[in-house]
Amino acid sequence: MNQQDSNMVLSLDNVVKRYHNHLAVDHVSLDLPRGQIFGLLGPNGAGKTSLIRIINAITGADEGHVYFEGKPLTSDHVSEIGYMPEERGLYKKMKVGEQLTYLAQLKGLTKQQSQENLKYWLERFDIKSWWNKKIEELSKGMQQKIQFIATVVHKPKLLILDEPFSGLDPINTNLIKDEIYELNKQGTTVIFSTHRMEQVEEICEDIALINKGKMILIGSVAQIKEDYKENKYRLVTNRDITQYLEPAGVQIESQKENDYIVKFSDYNSNAFLSNLINDDIKIISFNEILPSINEIFIKKVNEN
Amino acid sequence: MHKLWLIIKREYLTRVKKKSFIIVTLLTPLGFALLMFFSGFMASGKMNSIKQVAVVDDGGILQNNPLEGSQMKFTVVNKGIDEMKSEYVNDGYDVLLHLDKIDNLNETKVNVNYYTDDKMSFFTIESLENKLSKAIKAYKLNHSTIDKEVLAGLETEVTLENGLKDGEGIGDNSSKMASGIAQALGYIMGFMMYMVIFIFGGMVMRSVMEEKINRIVEVMISSVKPFQLMLGKVIGVGLVGLTQLIIWIVLIGVAMMIIPGLMMSSMDSNTVEMAKEIQNNPETANAVSGLIVELKNQNWLLIIPVFIIYFLGGYFIYSSLFAAVGSAIGDDLGEGQQLMMPIVIPVILAIVMLSSVMTDPDGPIAVFGSMFPLFSPILMPARLPFDPPMWQVIVSILLLIGCVILFVWIAGRIYRVGIFLYGKKVSFKELTKWMFYKG
Repeated sequence: MNQQDSNMVLSLDNVVKRYHNHLAVDHVSLDLPRGQIFGLLGPNGAGKTSLIRIINAITGADEGHVYFEGKPLTSDHVSEIGYMPEERGLYKKMKVGEQLTYLAQLKGLTKQQSQENLKYWLERFDIKSWWNKKIEELSKGMQQKIQFIATVVHKPKLLILDEPFSGLDPINTNLIKDEIYELNKQGTTVIFSTHRMEQVEEICEDIALINKGKMILIGSVAQIKEDYKENKYRLVTNRDITQYLEPAGVQIESQKENDYIVKFSDYNSNAFLSNLINDDIKIISFNEILPSINEIFIKKVNEN
Repeated sequence: MHKLWLIIKREYLTRVKKKSFIIVTLLTPLGFALLMFFSGFMASGKMNSIKQVAVVDDGGILQNNPLEGSQMKFTVVNKGIDEMKSEYVNDGYDVLLHLDKIDNLNETKVNVNYYTDDKMSFFTIESLENKLSKAIKAYKLNHSTIDKEVLAGLETEVTLENGLKDGEGIGDNSSKMASGIAQALGYIMGFMMYMVIFIFGGMVMRSVMEEKINRIVEVMISSVKPFQLMLGKVIGVGLVGLTQLIIWIVLIGVAMMIIPGLMMSSMDSNTVEMAKEIQNNPETANAVSGLIVELKNQNWLLIIPVFIIYFLGGYFIYSSLFAAVGSAIGDDLGEGQQLMMPIVIPVILAIVMLSSVMTDPDGPIAVFGSMFPLFSPILMPARLPFDPPMWQVIVSILLLIGCVILFVWIAGRIYRVGIFLYGKKVSFKELTKWMFYKG
């Protein structure tokens, strides 16, 4: 663990958080390099929110250390962090402009700075006319946009998004997703916490899986898939090949005419394929099936 | 500090800018004035109907001692009681009284029968009994051998005059009028504190609950500490209350200066007559001028600032408790009632103690009540017009400040745990545990 490494936006070192008699966060260590989109996964009650609150300096860790850009995390760092909690809301009676200016000022911006930044964002989302609208006059999806702007208005170095797409229609989901990519391109590090695995696979480079307070899996999406692959392939041919499979020790997982899902044990797939080719069987398609993060997630959680 | 200021500013401005705030602030003194006017009007009895009372006076008791009353008009009729019983309603009377002859002047118990279709109130019956008893006394006196002059000489009216009125010597230099005014002022300030605690304390509680229910608090605490959020809210709402109070003091002060002048210029014949009556009647004239003099004599320069200190102190103690309860209950107001009990009980106790403090402003209950910080915000302002010893005021204020710090701290400890907790029924035991959770 390199505590002085300021290339790491965030470093957790054996962080522990206890509530009453249960461990919400159980010796979690993590290094988050600058510019990543990092997925934080875990079932409900796994300790994700507890961990996020520690990173946000909302609560302190009972044991261990948290470093922000190589320095111990203090409440001064909150101006560098943007947090969009899963359970979120806005002051219903306040006007959009007032509300956003207030939240930006609380993050340490001056009034003038906040309004400049807000102008950029409202123009970007094409919602400048909302400035004097009350929050309660907006639809839920519109409120989510305001909420997103409130999270990023102070140009945070670290963005923590907890289920950012809940309550958004596909169009707005894409809109926000593009903004996340754009911010990431500009150097913002993103922690992305969700249950939606297909989003994780699509968006994140690295992920961590938390269960019962422990970090049970961490690494890049590609690497984790590689580690958990089961030598499964999809094979499509022009005739029945059942007779070839068994002698080669290849199991059929499922079959639909000449479309097979097969599992190789340690048998060399190349040797098997050349066998088929030698017998003049036409191979229409052959590709590896990697496990989805969802499958790995369920498998790992059940293992524990 | 900067963030705290921002929170205070928001809490203050969103409330002060509301139309309802402006309306309430301006209309409340008007409402009070109306209330006082009406209660005065009611007390004067002008609203009540006048009862017509027919009296059958067999013994001629009322011949030289006619009955009089503001609510009743008495007419002695020269008909027999049996005849009257069937006729008095048709003759336009509400009540029929029948006075028997008094044969024995030493009889100390006399029964008088009355007949009426309406039900007579307790007070009407009692006032009739008093009038009749006076009339019979006068009748008996006329027919007795007692020398009336001697009797009149026995009647003595006592007026307590204060010997120190000229400012010599030491001691309480207040008159009876001053005590009356002090008492009225004491009650007004005591009840104002009571209202402040519940109105603005309740405002803080509702606001905390709202933030918790619509989850804005989750967003807020990623920027500010829970304690800052709570303190900002308590101070912001407190300033709203203070603004209102100061506007009221100014409005009432201005009204007291302007209204007498306005009344003089816009008097109609009726009020002119009344004013003349007041001038002609030396007692009323004295009372009115005495009232004004005594009101001016009150030590406002002490009372107003000290009242504001207790206003703020009482507000901070109770509103921080309300904030703690608000954070613990979430969206179920029902269970909040139970948690509010420990806040409500001391306030009610203080109000109960208020009347005994008013009757004995330097007694043990008054001294204890105005020292104990949960009661003092209500009871000390009530004692102020009675010139309590200065050391008691100072000790009480110091205790109050200490208590404010303690309660704000306790409330902050509960608040920071409570705002994150959803859907859980909270007990007092739980609340005490929260106080000792570490950061």
